[in-house]
Amino acid sequence: MSSIAVPRQRERNVLAAAFGFVRYHVLTVYSLLFFAYLLLPIAIVVVFSFNHPVGKFNFTWQGFTWDNWRYWDGIPGIRGAIILSLEIALIASVIATALGTAIALALVRYGFRGRATTNILIFLPLSTPEIVLGASLLTLFLNLNVVFGFWTILIAHIMFCISFAVVTVKARLVGFDRHLEEAAMDLGANEWTTFRKVTLPLTAPAILAALLLCFAISIDDFVVTYFNSGSSVTFPLFVWGAARIGAPPQVNVIGTAIFVVALTAMLANVVFQRRREVRA
Amino acid sequence: MAVEERIEQSPERAAEPSGTPDVRLERVTKRFDDVVAVDDLSLEIERGSFFALLGPSGCGKTTTLRMIGGFEEPSAGVIYLGDHEVSGTPPYKRDVNTVFQSYALFPHLSIFENVAFGLRRKGTRGGNLKGKVEEMLDLVQLSGYGRRKPRQLSGGQQQRVALARALVNSPRVLLLDEPLGALDLKLRKEMQLFIKRLQHDVGITFIHVTHDQEEAMTMADRIAVMNRGKIEQLGGPDDLYERPQTAFVAGFLGISNLLTGEVSGRDTVRLGDGTTIRVRADALDGRSGRVAVGIRPEKIRPDDQDPNALQGVVRERAYIGVSTQYIVETRYGNVTVVVLNDRPGSIPHSPGDHLTLSWDPEATFILDPMEEPA
Repeated sequence: MSSIAVPRQRERNVLAAAFGFVRYHVLTVYSLLFFAYLLLPIAIVVVFSFNHPVGKFNFTWQGFTWDNWRYWDGIPGIRGAIILSLEIALIASVIATALGTAIALALVRYGFRGRATTNILIFLPLSTPEIVLGASLLTLFLNLNVVFGFWTILIAHIMFCISFAVVTVKARLVGFDRHLEEAAMDLGANEWTTFRKVTLPLTAPAILAALLLCFAISIDDFVVTYFNSGSSVTFPLFVWGAARIGAPPQVNVIGTAIFVVALTAMLANVVFQRRREVRA
Repeated sequence: MAVEERIEQSPERAAEPSGTPDVRLERVTKRFDDVVAVDDLSLEIERGSFFALLGPSGCGKTTTLRMIGGFEEPSAGVIYLGDHEVSGTPPYKRDVNTVFQSYALFPHLSIFENVAFGLRRKGTRGGNLKGKVEEMLDLVQLSGYGRRKPRQLSGGQQQRVALARALVNSPRVLLLDEPLGALDLKLRKEMQLFIKRLQHDVGITFIHVTHDQEEAMTMADRIAVMNRGKIEQLGGPDDLYERPQTAFVAGFLGISNLLTGEVSGRDTVRLGDGTTIRVRADALDGRSGRVAVGIRPEKIRPDDQDPNALQGVVRERAYIGVSTQYIVETRYGNVTVVVLNDRPGSIPHSPGDHLTLSWDPEATFILDPMEEPA
């Protein structure tokens, strides 16, 4: 009996060890696969920004070159498209954040008739499909006989950015101690000074987050912009147009540049927060 | 005293006749929707006094304070600061500063800037500002903490910053909204004495809101006991404790034993079974009919040395350290007796013992009779 029992025991030990190994490392393996899945497309964008394509299409690796970076605006129209996108994103995110902050303050601070309705309406643009938003805005603008271009794109972008700004700032205001503002007024600060010296500095992180979020959403918006741009071309519209006749590597260059800027901003934020914590 | 010189009186305040109360509330009512928080309240607070508003939660004490501070407007009635009526005046135009329950220190500003906040609003700058802030930090024993942020300080330190931030403006009145609620017992006791001494030193009128009767009695010169938006009784700590006028006050400020009976003379009350006890004549004040006679537990002695005596059996005993508390069953219900443990090693009575309880007629107070003793 015992002579049979020993190898079986060993077999079971090996199985158990293997199972143990898998169980121990499954999370690591899963995480690695997940990040590969997440980052592979970005890596390809970056790598192919250095490609030296032979034909119109930048799909197969031909050879390394700096040319695409050196002549990043070598494609007719790309420079204008980038500038337009930056302008729209900058103006739209500033206006949307300002309006969104005011709305968030009103929603959190003041009881007024229609507050609950406003709360729901704010969420509508977030849950409506973009294609519907774009199409209905197009109808509206057509009915109003508006000239399509910069202003229609800007209005559209502000419109869908506001909701994101409101939601972001509101989350911060909900946890805000009202007594801080009362204390400021108690110490002789009028409403405006109280806002400037207490409310604003304490909400600033959320306002900054809202600003960056709006900027990011605006600069890569395609669907709504496509409906309302008229003959103006933003960067996403340019890429879309270029992709149909063969995507130039400069698109990858701009994409990489945006990615690097975003990454740098994120890292800077992390470092800044760390240093603040260390000082505290 | 040096400290008194630091807090200058504003010329406007100095010009007032000296008898003017610092704060006067005239028939003030505050309604929130259909809830009456403060009900037709009138009150005068003398200049330089330490005044406490004492009561259970929801009695309207904080609302009263917030109306004085300008954070709430009365639904009816008028509030005067000195001889100025302040209805409709926003908080930043009132000569009043507040220490909030949560301290409400500005988390993004240093301790120095927190204390300097009020002075900067008045346009104080440079060396003058620095000098005043540092003097005040010194006064609350926090010199050298100016560059820290509020969250780097302990609760007690934050509390002192809140005091400094309010007092540096030398307000007419300092409002304290349950300022010690978040501190542990030992620190709370220390801060009670600290704030009392501070008030004595700076000579500013303090109005202190609390639900802790011991805290109010420790700190305040005068206490208004509030219940359901009204003042039940106003007086010094000893007045309120020794001579409560209502059952609520008697019950809120410590334990009291109440014996119900019929007035039978100028200074006597006959209990249900015919026993006559003597009471204070001025407490009875010509009353007749049914009354409740109150005696504080520590005024009853477990012997027959005093004129009023009652027989009873010890039911429970609780050793509290400084004293021992007995629950004694008598013909008129349970009586609580507290005996000071001032002799070594003696806890003389055990449950089941028969006892004679006695007390001095001078130690009694008289209340309206009621169904359920508080």
